[in-house]
Amino acid sequence: MRDPLRRACGWAGSWAGLGWSGLLSGLLLTLCLSAHAIDTAPAFSDPALQGRYDHLIRELRCVQCRSQSIADSNVGLAADLRREVRELIAAGRSDQEILDYMTDRYGEYILYSPPVKPVTWLLWAAPVLLVLIGGGAAALVIVRKSRLPDEDGAENGSGAA
Amino acid sequence: MWRFLIPAGLFVALLAFFFASLDRDKETLPSPLIGKPAPTFELPALGDPARKVASSQFAGKPYVLNVWGTWCVGCRQEHEVLLEIARRTQVPIVGLNWKDDSAAAQRWLQELGNPYSVVAADEEGRAAIDWGVYGAPETFLVDARGTVIFKHIAPMTLEVWERDFVPLLAKAGVQP
Repeated sequence: MRDPLRRACGWAGSWAGLGWSGLLSGLLLTLCLSAHAIDTAPAFSDPALQGRYDHLIRELRCVQCRSQSIADSNVGLAADLRREVRELIAAGRSDQEILDYMTDRYGEYILYSPPVKPVTWLLWAAPVLLVLIGGGAAALVIVRKSRLPDEDGAENGSGAA
Repeated sequence: MWRFLIPAGLFVALLAFFFASLDRDKETLPSPLIGKPAPTFELPALGDPARKVASSQFAGKPYVLNVWGTWCVGCRQEHEVLLEIARRTQVPIVGLNWKDDSAAAQRWLQELGNPYSVVAADEEGRAAIDWGVYGAPETFLVDARGTVIFKHIAPMTLEVWERDFVPLLAKAGVQP
């Protein structure tokens, strides 16, 4: 099942950008994005362990490819890191221990959700701050406008009269 | 007056921030290993699996650890530089051959020359993970106490060697 699919995906990649075949291969390629992902067999037969594994490999960034998690990448290093996660789970390590193991080696950049600490306070607070600033500005404008004499209303009033 | 000055000021500040960010290096990740003890490893020697290359062999003197592979374009690019560095320095350059084909790696060294005092074959990439390697070539400097004191990510150049490695070695009291 996977091999013909892989060949088709390779074919689609090589024809992308060439007229109608480009369009067709583009469509095929979008299918391939999901088809290409990751391990053929589940890592664990125990669903609880498999659940932890699925969660952890989505928490870890592929440091080589940057904008993908190691769950989404077929790069050699991502596969190695998945193997590492698999072995650490099998060895009975906790999720936190596994994340610590990774940050000890690669730094916090490997975590997709940055930990809350002084340097990241601004990052975490940014959404709330932006809403407060925007809401504050909107409130200010509304209050100011409401204090102005109602010009439109006055004009409309005189027009109707 | 203020209603124009404040947005204009914010806009200028944003421009300054973007402009400063243009030159910022977003590719190189800072290594959490700097200042920490070098990870230990014991791997088969390249081309001679019966012989082991262990990090304990380098204890007590500084060494350079260079991560490379024949599949890595940057490694081909820096190879001449490593040969030149090996001619210039007493400090051993230890090669970590990362996820490579043993025969190809040996052929590479025969054809291009061998700057390494010893090469460890990390076919499974386990030692590389311990060292936080994410893209070859990477070059580490470990001091005599076994502490990682520098990491260069990208092909080595003689400028980097003279600018970053040599002063650190001199500061550690080692003849570079």
